[in-house]
Amino acid sequence: MPTVMYRKFEKACSIIEKYEAQPSKLIPILQEVQEEYRYLPEEVMTFVAMSLKLSPAKVFGVASFYAHFALLPKGKYVIRLCDGTACHVKSSQRILDTLRKVIGVDEKNPTTANMMFTVETVSCLGACGLAPVVVVNDAVHGQMTSGKAENLVKEMKEKEGQENVSA
Amino acid sequence: MCLLKDRVCGVVVIGPGGLKHKIIICAGTGCIANGAMKVYQAFTNELKALGMDIIENRADAIESENKSKSAYMLKSGCQGFCQMGPLVKILPEDILYTRVRLEDVPEIINKTIVNQEVIERLLYVNAQTKKTCRNQEEIPFYKQQSRFVLKMCGTLDPEDLDDYLAIDGYTQAQKAYKELTDEQVCKEMIDSGLRGRGGGGFPTGKKWDLTRIQPKGKKYVICNGDEGDPGAFMDRSVMEGNPHSVLEGMMIAARAIGADEGYIYVRAEYPLAVKRLRKACNDALEAGLLGDNIFGSGLSMRIQVMEGAGAFVCGEETALMSSVEGNRGMPSPKPPFPAQSGLWRKPTVINNVETLATVPLIMRMGAAKYREMGTPGSPGSKTFALSGHIANTGLIEVPFGVTLREIIYDIGGGVTDKKGRVDPDGFKAVQIGGPSGGCLTKDHLDLLMDFDSLRNIGAMVGSGGLVVMNKTTCMVNIAKYFMQFTQNESCGKCVLCREGTKQMLYLLEDICNGTATMETIDLLQELATVVQKGSLCGLGKTAPNPVLMTLKHFKDEYIAHVVDKKCPTGECKSLAKAEILADRCKGCRVCVKQCPVNAIMGEFKKVHSIDEKICIKCGACAAVCKLDAIVGV
Repeated sequence: MPTVMYRKFEKACSIIEKYEAQPSKLIPILQEVQEEYRYLPEEVMTFVAMSLKLSPAKVFGVASFYAHFALLPKGKYVIRLCDGTACHVKSSQRILDTLRKVIGVDEKNPTTANMMFTVETVSCLGACGLAPVVVVNDAVHGQMTSGKAENLVKEMKEKEGQENVSA
Repeated sequence: MCLLKDRVCGVVVIGPGGLKHKIIICAGTGCIANGAMKVYQAFTNELKALGMDIIENRADAIESENKSKSAYMLKSGCQGFCQMGPLVKILPEDILYTRVRLEDVPEIINKTIVNQEVIERLLYVNAQTKKTCRNQEEIPFYKQQSRFVLKMCGTLDPEDLDDYLAIDGYTQAQKAYKELTDEQVCKEMIDSGLRGRGGGGFPTGKKWDLTRIQPKGKKYVICNGDEGDPGAFMDRSVMEGNPHSVLEGMMIAARAIGADEGYIYVRAEYPLAVKRLRKACNDALEAGLLGDNIFGSGLSMRIQVMEGAGAFVCGEETALMSSVEGNRGMPSPKPPFPAQSGLWRKPTVINNVETLATVPLIMRMGAAKYREMGTPGSPGSKTFALSGHIANTGLIEVPFGVTLREIIYDIGGGVTDKKGRVDPDGFKAVQIGGPSGGCLTKDHLDLLMDFDSLRNIGAMVGSGGLVVMNKTTCMVNIAKYFMQFTQNESCGKCVLCREGTKQMLYLLEDICNGTATMETIDLLQELATVVQKGSLCGLGKTAPNPVLMTLKHFKDEYIAHVVDKKCPTGECKSLAKAEILADRCKGCRVCVKQCPVNAIMGEFKKVHSIDEKICIKCGACAAVCKLDAIVGV
């Protein structure tokens, strides 16, 4: 048992060590932890709190305050639709509706059951010249339309289908 | 002359006697999204195949022994014309190609690089005169601007320190540390009349001086790169395009107030800016520009880049400092001001990215010369992010005191309709300064754009986002959109902002859904005034601005929603009713095929009709109708 525990927190340990366990570095620590685990599992947050000599409530408070921290796991493909003003006036809502429809998610359940896709909105990405903008993981796709968004999803689904076959 | 003896930062000659070519590819967020990196790679491969050496930094460009057979490939920062990206500039011919696709690269190599031919179809076409523009100087979008802070974004390599040193980079920081006293640096800024570009417009020199006179000891400089306003991307472009200018500005600020530590707080939505700033900091530290005993002055300065975690309120200075300290980003009441008690309760100067990038330029040209630009109350220039329903979207820079008309029609190329065509009288409003700003209407087209004129009419320069809206935009819906935004982003600390924005949002929803009465409008107005007066920080204080401004200028639209139960633009879906205009419909059946719920009926070449009971008001039919025969959705 202890070895299993150790392994689970091994990465978190090295991140905390890198920041010398300074409580003021809580945000960068959580950012790196999230990079590693793709979200912030509760037990890891508690572990971080103990290591930094903070209360778990304080760590949870910080994690829940910022939009970039995810307390629930996300899909393999995180599709984020920019909801900045420029995108909004160029009818981004319609694209969001299309994305949710073709993927089969809604506002309350943004992630598909097979953990493949997550659809969410994101505050302005600063790529307003390309409005409306969709970001898939880190790749920015500009001048979107409902049709283009549908194709994008189709491509991702096809790619996944192929990978499954080859596996 | 290079500031550092061990660096190679002389002049690079392009053309006869020097390097054969220099190819600048815009590598800002917009162009990368359009495939700029693939284009860059293709150029490199094709040029290599031609037997040319590829040079990727200034030091190699100068030291190359095979100049006549070398091409200097440079990835620049954002050039501002994102919509036309990827942009490829070829020197010494000085040709600017727009919207370059991967498949265009072999043609450019064959025709332009080998045979010096210009490829007409890749040039920008002036929408009004239909003439092609060979280079940047000929394009009206650029010609009408005066790029000052942005001048170097787009010509230098943001990841190459030598490129910045070659334009006398860091010489002003050296001057501040070696030749001037802290008081003299502050005086220079006060004399220049530079005002903070983050929104408030507080005089920068005065802010520095207030921090300088605090007792000696630990002090901090913070660069606020948390550009959260939707529709604004000026700071992103500066951080991505010329990161060293921000660092130099911070060093000068540190010298002025006696700080030895600085933070750059960048929002998490800007990964490229974070990467380039981190590289710039490391390079400057390695070169000895940052660290201990800088320029032999005995003083130290260290800068760290901190990535935000997605909270709009962190653009507020006290909230930002709380976030740097590792807490929830909640604001605190002022006073005490950051100048007295800021980061970790030490005196702190906190400036916006654009402000800091302006500082070295002012030091170089002198305060008096700087004041020749702009208006007496607002000297200098301002960058604006132009977006929305406008022909040329992108990043622009103009001196303070130009009119809105010049920006929209001369630089922006006019307002566009829903399908992207230029519509000479499509203009309805401009949202300036994001969710904290206000909307400007036709009456304000000739208003001078400066801090005081805008404040006088209840709007503000804000960070500088200009979102142009055409006639198809419902102003009540826009007010609702902004209220939704601020409501989401309210940190929850003070009741007026937390509850007030929520109630205002409910009222606006009632109006958009057609369930409101005239009393709703009065209540909305009253609540807006209270929230504006009583909120703790800038977010709450300015949150009602879009509501108040739209109520003032577009009250008839509110009344149409409330009394006639109609949305004049058809944007509010609950009130929308799709209609086919019999005199325009030619019966092509395109809309019939498009309708996802089969609500449209009609035979070929006969006027169609929409079944209101089935229609979900998605607007798909109106979007495909070439004759604009479908209205109301």
